[in-house]
Parts: sequence; C-alpha cells; structure tokens
Amino acid sequence: SFPMSALEDHKTQVLLLRGDSDTIGKEATTALSQVLHAANVPISFVTPKVDLQIDGGVTQEVVDLFSETRVAVKGPYFTPISSKSESLNIQIRRTFDLFANVVHAYNMPGVHTRHKGVDIVMIRENTEGEYSGLEHSVVPGVVESLKIITEEKSMRIAQYAFQYALANNRKKVTAVHKANIMKSADGLFLECCRTVANKYPFIHFESMIVDNTCMQLASRPQQFDVMVMPNLYGNIVTGIATGLVGGPGLVPGVNVGMCGAVFEQGSRHAAKSLAGRGVANPTATILSGALMLRYLKMNDHADRIEKAVTTLFRETNYRTRDMVLDDSHKDLSTQDFTKAVIDHLETS
Amino acid sequence: STATTAAAPSQYTVTLFPGDGIGPEIAESVKRIFNAADVPITWDTHIIDVHAAKPGEDLISKEALDSVRRNGFGLKGPMATPIGKGHRSLNLTLRKELGLYANVRPCVSIPGVDTLYHDVDVVTVRENTEGEYSGLEHVVFPGVVESLKVITRDASMRVCEYAFEYAIQNNRKRVTAVHKASVMKLSDGLFLECANEVAERHKDSGIEFQTLLIDNAASLLVSNPALLDVMVMPNLYGDIISDLCAGLIGGLGLTPSGNMGTGCMLAEAVHGTAPDIVGQNRANPTALLMSALMMLRHMQLRPQAQLIERSVYTVLQEGVVRTGDIGGTSTTTEYTDAIIRKMDQLRAS
Ligand SMILES: Nc1ncnc2c1ncn2[C@@H]1O[C@H](COP(=O)(O)OP(=O)(O)OP(=O)(O)O)[C@@H](O)[C@H]1O
Ligand SMILES: Nc1ncnc2c1ncn2[C@@H]1O[C@H](COP(=O)(O)OP(=O)(O)OP(=O)(O)O)[C@@H](O)[C@H]1O
Ligand SMILES: [Mg+2]
Ligand SMILES: [Mg+2]
Repeated sequence: SFPMSALEDHKTQVLLLRGDSDTIGKEATTALSQVLHAANVPISFVTPKVDLQIDGGVTQEVVDLFSETRVAVKGPYFTPISSKSESLNIQIRRTFDLFANVVHAYNMPGVHTRHKGVDIVMIRENTEGEYSGLEHSVVPGVVESLKIITEEKSMRIAQYAFQYALANNRKKVTAVHKANIMKSADGLFLECCRTVANKYPFIHFESMIVDNTCMQLASRPQQFDVMVMPNLYGNIVTGIATGLVGGPGLVPGVNVGMCGAVFEQGSRHAAKSLAGRGVANPTATILSGALMLRYLKMNDHADRIEKAVTTLFRETNYRTRDMVLDDSHKDLSTQDFTKAVIDHLETS
Repeated sequence: STATTAAAPSQYTVTLFPGDGIGPEIAESVKRIFNAADVPITWDTHIIDVHAAKPGEDLISKEALDSVRRNGFGLKGPMATPIGKGHRSLNLTLRKELGLYANVRPCVSIPGVDTLYHDVDVVTVRENTEGEYSGLEHVVFPGVVESLKVITRDASMRVCEYAFEYAIQNNRKRVTAVHKASVMKLSDGLFLECANEVAERHKDSGIEFQTLLIDNAASLLVSNPALLDVMVMPNLYGDIISDLCAGLIGGLGLTPSGNMGTGCMLAEAVHGTAPDIVGQNRANPTALLMSALMMLRHMQLRPQAQLIERSVYTVLQEGVVRTGDIGGTSTTTEYTDAIIRKMDQLRAS
C-alpha cells in the first residue's frame, strides 16, 4: 500500500529531521539512510544547519527546506510533559498542515504475534480534535479542555480515507466515534464520513463506537480493513494495532498533507528509555522510508527494501531487543540489524 | 487498632434490580448460588418498569434509590433506557443520585474460556463523573463544534485514592495512572498531578506506582497484558480501556463491574439485555455473578466469594457445562446447578 502522492514531479532531495538525542530518532534515521544508500536509491537528504529545539518552535530554515523538498523523514522530538511548549511533533504537523496520519499495521511472516491475519490501515485526523491545544483553568483545581471538530477537516479526512481505500483496492472503511456521548462533535465527524461514503458505493462503510472498536480489536482484529477516526481515537487505535502486530518498532507511518508528506514511525513515541543505547528497532523507520519511495513513485526501490526486511524476519533469527522472545533469537544492535537488512537486499 | 475497625455486620440487606431482558433470569441464578453458599444476604428487590414511567420522569423511583442508600449495597442486572421518551438515562440517574464516582472493572483470564490471552489479570478504575462525559458541547458557528472536557482536582484525587485503596485491599502490586498529558497538558496534567500526589501519600503501602500514556497502555494490553495490574484513569480512557480488557478475556458476558459511591456500592453486569435470547433460559449469568462477588469482597465476606469463584472457574475449566455465548449448549439453570454442585464438592473436600 502507499500514501497517495500530492506531488506531480519527482523530487530527489528529501528533508531529514533526525529528532533529538533524547529519542531513538538519530539511530533509526541513520539506519534508514544507510539502507537507502546501500540500495542505491537516487535521493539525497538535506538537514537543517540548526536542528529544532524543544522551546524553539518550527524554524524558518525548516519551513524553507520543506517547501523546497515537500518530503521529509523524521525522528521523534521529545517534549517533557512538564514543558509549557507544545510538542514539536505536533507543531510540525500543524505548520505543514499534514492532516492525515496513515499507519498500516499487518502481520509479517516470522514475527511472532497472538493474532494472525491482521491487515489494518488507520487514517487519523491529525490536526484538530483533542490536539487543539485549547485548555484553561477555570478556577484552581478545575480545568477545561476543548475538543474541536470541524466539518471542513472531517470531510477532508473522510475523503482521504475513501480515496485511499479505492486506490489501494480496499473493501471496507470503518469510522470510529463516540457520537452516543459527544453527540455534536463526534456526530459531525460521523455525518461527514457518511456523506463521503455515499459517493463510494463500491466501498463498504460502517461505523463503530470507540470502546466497542477496541474490544473488537482485542478479540477479532481481522474484521477491520481501513479505519478513519478523529485524532485521539486514532492515537489509541493505532497503539492497539501496533501492539497486535509486534510493537512500535515495526510499524511504519506517514503524515500527509496537500503540500507534502513527513514519514516517521507509526507509533510516534520518543522511546526515551532506548535513546542512544544502540538497541532501537529501526524497522519501522526503514519501512517508513519504503513508503516514502512509493510516494515518490520509486516502487521498485520500495519493493526491494520491503523485501529485504520481510526476508530477514522470515528466514533468519536476527532481531533487535524488543523482538527477542527467547534464546532462539539473536539479539542484534541497531547497527548490526541494519547491516543484516542491507545484506538481504537483492541485487537489482 | 481494633477499636477503629467496625466489625462486619453478620447479616446484609442488598437492593436488587433484576433489570430487563435476560436480567431476571441471571438474577435468579445469582440468588440461588448465594443461597446455596449460605451468603448472609437478604434481597430487597425492586422491579423497575421502564415502560410504566411517564415521559420526562426518572425511571428509578426515589424509594428504590433510598433503598440502595440505606442498605449501602445494590446489585443491578441489565436495563435499557427507552429511547426518545425524554427520560434521563438510567445510568446517569444512578450515577448522579448515588454519587457513583468510580467504576471498577476487573478482567481476569478465565481458565477454559478459549481466547488468545491466558495471562490477563488487570483492573480498570475509571473516573465516572466528569471528563468527556460532561455533555457540554456547542456549535461555535456552522460546521465547527466544541466539546468540553472537564477535569477537577476533587474528582481526580477521589478516584486515585480509591484505586490505591482497592489495590491495598485486594493485594495488588501496582497502580498505573493512564493519561495523555503529553498533549492535554493542563487537563490530563491535573489528573496526573493528583495521581502522583496520592501515590506519594501511599508510598509506604508497598504498592508500586507508574504512569503510562493511553496509547502505550492500549498497546501493552494487547501485546503483553501481564505487565499491567490496577490502572486508574479519566472517564473516556476508562470506557475504552475497560472494553479493550473485556475483549482480551472473551467479552462483556464474563466481566464484572462495580460502582463506588458516597456511602454505597452498586455492582452491575455491563452487558446488555440480550433481547434475542430473553426467556429461553440461555443467558450466561457469569458477569452478574462476578459483579456480586466483588460486592461480597467489599463486605469482607471473602471466604464465600472465594468458594463461589473457585466453583465457577472449575465449571468453566471443565468445559462440560457452559452457556451458548461461550460455545456450550447448556441452559442457565444447568450452569447454575453445576456451580452449586461444584461448591458442595469443594466444601466436602
Ligand atoms: N524503534 C523502536 N524499537 C524498539 N522499541 C521501540 C521503538 N519505538 C518505541 N519502542 C518502544 O515502545 C515503547 C513506547 O515508547 P515511549 O517513548 O512512549 O516509552 P519509553 O521508552 O518508556 O520512554 P519514556 O521514558 O518517554 O517513557 C517503549 O517501551 C519503547 O521501548
Ligand atoms: N449474559 C449473556 N448471556 C448470553 N449471551 C449474552 C449475554 N450478554 C450478551 N449476550 C449476547 O451478546 C449479544 C450482544 O449483547 P448485548 O445484550 O449487550 O447487546 P444487545 O443485544 O444490543 O442488547 P441491549 O440493547 O440490551 O444492549 C446479545 O445478542 C446476546 O446474544
Ligand atoms: Mg514516552
Ligand atoms: Mg463503554
């Protein structure tokens, strides 16, 4: 599957935002760039002279670079909960209006999981909802937080979901909501999904309340195909699906907008406890890179890289620490695992 | 010291709402099992006729609510609020009138019930009065809706206190506060601050404390549920996580639920009225029974709760007698009889 491209011309320069050193970003994006290099992919990375800082916001340099490349690979930036500033990750999405977060979770042969046959694409509204940043303290000890749902953004994400389903030959779209409680807000989201669904009679549409959705994901995840949802439910559902197929180290993702796309791990966590230790699993980032190549219409390169990863899991016992189940697995460092991926690249 | 601990009363009265649909059938099963186990409970039964209530009127009478307040304990089967008649929802009435501030849902893998998860033993403690369920929404202008989530210090402290109290009472090891304070810095931030404060107060209790982002908690639950124990969280997250946990162990037909109120506890089955099987003697009473066992433990009637629970688990594990919803062919009566027989055996041995 591929995120639909807004680009007509082929870019060869890609912006690299490596994430900060409190995260696994540097190691994971280094792994990706090594794989791309070894695979002779004709793209080059540009990095900002001054990397983004927690309290510094998205800099003009990064804005300029992205408006040039329109495509970026990104590691996570860590924002402590105690920090007053909004997370840089959220600011990047908002600055470039990357309205859709697309995460594809599927079982890979050789990766042990409880559930088999999971193949879910989650399309998540990425700019509003509970992530609007609108909160205030009414009186001491009482806080109000605003969730914003708009027709414009709900229509946009619903349209993206159905277009995606059509382009990728998917059969069903499930809208996830809590309209029985949030009658106006989630009601509006659901109504927009229904409106769009009517224009796609060949794609089956259903809606499901978020708590039931999560129960179904835990017991019968095979029933889901494409899912479309507001921001927070998207975060939770993506977390579950990621857990189902082997964990955050495996699942790729992308944030897409009208003016470009930013590729990163599907689970956008800092993995702070792993940072700088050389044990992170680079698979999710490498596969995000393959998604990027599809976005850039370099499908052959994408196929080759995805194949190297799947072959590695299917035919070897090489794993990073997060995937080591028992003695039958060989616990490799990020670097050695990346080398193993490179060794499995078929000669083109 | 013994002077401060009141002796548990020897006889309890419990308000029973059998409910609609399969409610009366499963309530009957619970009553028979409790009777056979010599549980010292007298039932004060209130039949709520949801169809008799006048439009706009509350479905649960003042008398019924007073009964729960007086007795301190209630057990409720499934009931459905008739839609479009202008009634306040049953759950809302109960929650407001009884001050039910925390919803507690233990989920334990049940031996013999075939799921992919055999290592689940978690408890969701859900804040039950505020959060996203404030009902405050408005259209700012056409096409733009704001929905208000309210988090208060009082409600957060109270539910976190209860989570620790529950953990201590039930010999649990760890409390995990689940939140999204990375994004909702003020609201979930306040919840998290309260959780930390309560944890600090209980640091000598031997209960460990940990915090987790909601998506990480959800991810862990489906990949490695053994890593979680008691979890406490705001309303919506509790709604989602408790259902997720139920999904791990085989659905709502097996999971108990208890609501803690000011001076009372209301145990309930969270599944629906199952209109498709009403009156056919096919309903699974396990969820209501397990909820009633939570209540027994709260009453310090642990030996009886233990005996009944072991009997239920043994019957389910043997797999000979089980109801249709979990792959068997037995009737509600046969299942109830099997549990009672098993109790007699366990008591004799
Ligand atoms: N690329 C990766 N490879 C291996 N494990 C990963 C990867 N990305 C995330 N994880 C794991 O997913 C989990 C969630 O990451 P997250 O950053 O939220 O938590 P964490 O590592 O405990 O960091 P923190 O100190 O911020 O709590 C962590 O346990 C982390 O180890
Ligand atoms: N205690 C139970 N024993 C056996 N089957 C059950 C039980 N609870 C639920 N079920 C089954 O699960 C199905 C769905 O459950 P549930 O009753 O919650 O939804 P419902 O049929 O929509 O009823 P309601 O509208 O009252 O919630 C039912 O059709 C029923 O067959
Ligand atoms: Mg983290
Ligand atoms: Mg629910």
